[in-house]
Amino acid sequence: MSTAITFSNVVKKYAKNVVIPALSLEVRNGEFFTLLGPSGCGKTTLLRMVAGFNSIESGEILFDNIVINQIPANKRNIGMVFQNYAIFPHMTVGKNVEYGLRLRKTPKQELKARTDEILARVKIEEYRDSPPERLSGGQQQRVALARAIVINPKVLLMDEPLSNLDAKLRVEMRGTIREIQRSVGITTIYVTHDQEEALAISDRIAIMDKGVIMQVGTPRGIYQRPYNVFVATFIGFSNLFDAVVGQSGAEKTLEFSNGYTVPIKQLKNDVKAGEKVRVSVRPEDFVQAPEGDGIRGTVRTSTFLGRYVNYQLIVEGQEMEFVQDLRADAEFLTDGQEVWFSVAPEKINVFDQTGGHSLIEGVVRFGS
Amino acid sequence: MGADKLQLRSFWFWVLIASYILFAIFLIYPLSSLFSGSFQDITTGAFTLKHFITFFTKRYYYNSLFNSFKVTICVTVLTMLVGIPLAYIMSVVKIRGKDFLQILIIISMLSPPFIGAYSWILLFGRNGFCTNFLRSIFGVTMPSVYGFNGILLVFTLKLFPFIFIYVSGALKKLDVSLVEAAEGLGCHPLRKLFTIVLPLVLPTAMAGALLVFINALADFATPMLIGEGYMTMPVMIYNEFISEVGGSANFAASISVILVFLTAVVFLLQKYVVGTKSYVMSSLKPIQPKRMRGWKNVLAHLFCYSFVLLAIIPQATVIFTSFLKTSGPVFLMEFSLDSYTKILSKSADAILNTYRFALLALLIIVVLGMLIAYLAVRRKNIASSVLDTISMFPYVIPGSVLGITLLLAFNKRPLLLAGTSAIIVITFVIRRISYTIRSSSAILYQIAVSTEEAAIGLGDSELASFLKVTTRIMMPGVLSGAILSWITCINELSASVLLYTGKTKTMSVAIFTEVNRGNYGTAAALSAILTLTTVVSLLILFKVTGNKEVSM
Repeated sequence: MSTAITFSNVVKKYAKNVVIPALSLEVRNGEFFTLLGPSGCGKTTLLRMVAGFNSIESGEILFDNIVINQIPANKRNIGMVFQNYAIFPHMTVGKNVEYGLRLRKTPKQELKARTDEILARVKIEEYRDSPPERLSGGQQQRVALARAIVINPKVLLMDEPLSNLDAKLRVEMRGTIREIQRSVGITTIYVTHDQEEALAISDRIAIMDKGVIMQVGTPRGIYQRPYNVFVATFIGFSNLFDAVVGQSGAEKTLEFSNGYTVPIKQLKNDVKAGEKVRVSVRPEDFVQAPEGDGIRGTVRTSTFLGRYVNYQLIVEGQEMEFVQDLRADAEFLTDGQEVWFSVAPEKINVFDQTGGHSLIEGVVRFGS
Repeated sequence: MGADKLQLRSFWFWVLIASYILFAIFLIYPLSSLFSGSFQDITTGAFTLKHFITFFTKRYYYNSLFNSFKVTICVTVLTMLVGIPLAYIMSVVKIRGKDFLQILIIISMLSPPFIGAYSWILLFGRNGFCTNFLRSIFGVTMPSVYGFNGILLVFTLKLFPFIFIYVSGALKKLDVSLVEAAEGLGCHPLRKLFTIVLPLVLPTAMAGALLVFINALADFATPMLIGEGYMTMPVMIYNEFISEVGGSANFAASISVILVFLTAVVFLLQKYVVGTKSYVMSSLKPIQPKRMRGWKNVLAHLFCYSFVLLAIIPQATVIFTSFLKTSGPVFLMEFSLDSYTKILSKSADAILNTYRFALLALLIIVVLGMLIAYLAVRRKNIASSVLDTISMFPYVIPGSVLGITLLLAFNKRPLLLAGTSAIIVITFVIRRISYTIRSSSAILYQIAVSTEEAAIGLGDSELASFLKVTTRIMMPGVLSGAILSWITCINELSASVLLYTGKTKTMSVAIFTEVNRGNYGTAAALSAILTLTTVVSLLILFKVTGNKEVSM
């Protein structure tokens, strides 16, 4: 019953201004797929092209091999959840949820049964006859979700649905959304600019910037093996270094500018010794080292965050971050203190000099 | 500080007392004397119900009640049928020259009420331009523009802007996602209009409809000029009062009381119905007008342009005809400035009076309006809320009724004001102050109290902070209301036509009397001056508020 969505060289233009240049993407059947990117990256534009609210200037969007470009929004059979919920203020909760079923001329008994079922599933059955303005933001969001999925749409589209909720409710609602999506098994495209939300909720994520897909992959894959420097720095924090590839016997190495060298096993075969590269190191992948061994930094300031401490460092004139796990034996560093770090070589990422693509074996832009 | 506080409390206290005294003398006292007058036998002064009995038993009289309601209800429905589609089309379709059309709509709404009737008679009356033209060239006889149909035509074209402005405002607050949500659920565009858009803008449209209803019910000049014997209540009040002053004054008072009562009932009914049904909406992303193609685009443009142009015909007609040579009531097809030279010698007083009275009224309106708004918003208590409510009374009192009311109240010593300029200025203030009070209150709600407190914290007294800080920040809001007060003052007719004397005649009264005498040329020239003043004032308003909108 659910649907795969294919984007094939899709282009969006506003007058002469190209917002999305030739984008291609596959969203699988039943998948929870997230479009993540900074504001203005084109993620909402792309979602609205799927919904039919934005025109498609070139290329095709397909639902299960059927081109939908020319099908108007009201014939696409989609479920859409809006950022501001878009609950009809002049209808009760029940009437809101029934609206799509009535348009489909659903028989009365089935209409009631399906409405009851979905209201129970999103846990708002007691508000059935209430006007929507009495509901809290979270409850309105549940109404919006119920209204979108009660019609058994082919795909569920969600445009930053949690951005108007407070932090605690956001975490609770994303659990609810995920649970319902799983149980219904509906293909879902979810738009957000909140990376934590994206990592927590998605089967796969597409990172977008300026209308271009930077990487597609699982949350874990994207965090651990970013395809380029943009992704490495957009998702979480990454410390960036310049380094040169070296050779030590059969093994390749990375030589940092101060001469610190680590062996590295996971580089692609075609990477040659002498090639200049960019290296990214997560704050938690620094390991404190004995003096004189590794990279030297100075503690500028620190933030105590309970489970760990976040240090702002100055390394070779650049600001960097180091996260220290608070184990029993951990020693606090003081401001101004000089520290030496080694890096965990199996965890670091290496990119070509421009930062455009990863040099790590097996890392691809469109991952599964 | 303590002394300042004391001084301040007494300042606002005195403002409150003074406002109460003013309203008591010039509004409450006259209204109560109207009320008691309507139950009074003119010769004996004893209590009697005979005026009301006469009204409700004589067909000639109670018919005017039916006529008034027939006209008003038909006009309200027609204005909705024109205003709502117009607002909807202009908000979803990209219409060329939309800004221009909107300005024309506002101009037609704010120009003098009688220009409509008078211009349509000039064009399609028995001896009108178009009537004669069509008869001589095509041998076609146009249906009569007089009577019930004529009143409907003029009122509809004059009053649909109220609906248009209200509904346009509501559509701006409608978030596009509501419409998209319906579409996403599979809704056909037309069905979307009827199940989502219309129900959501209807409460606001009803508020506009109330204004249409009250205006149509109260307007006296239009049925007087074009009705030709089609008697509505304001016309009857005027006739009863003017024809035999004395005997009929109390009878006119009784009809007035009935009219005010009915208006108040409609007003309260509407508030009750809409009050329970309005939706709080605020849009992050309003509906964007889209470019249409083909016949849909042509139809949309045709619809918008034809109604707006029809609405602006009266203004165009008076300006055009004011430059024509006349011979008696007949316009000759020859350019001339005769009409203007004539009014400069004959009606210079009326022109000066209009500006003098309206300016004086405006001064009082601005000062009083700001003070009352401040009391109602910042010193909220029972006394100031009641004052705010009283200041809205004139809203439901038709101009002709107010005219009679003031005449009855101030025609003897010690308050002998009848026939003076003062009574005209007072009428202007009472009828038009509500625009300024409302716009001043609206802006006060937007100004954080902390701005005043900051000034006090820096060492100003509270009174000084009001005068130096608050009044300055309030100015744009006050001005936008004040300009509306001003425009509606210079165009005021229905009360001044009862109150004027030879010396206190205003332009609108002069136009009315000139039309009645068949001096169409001078009437056109005076109307053109009035229209020009209105347009210039509107342009200043747009400049002040920074957008091309008017909130009535």
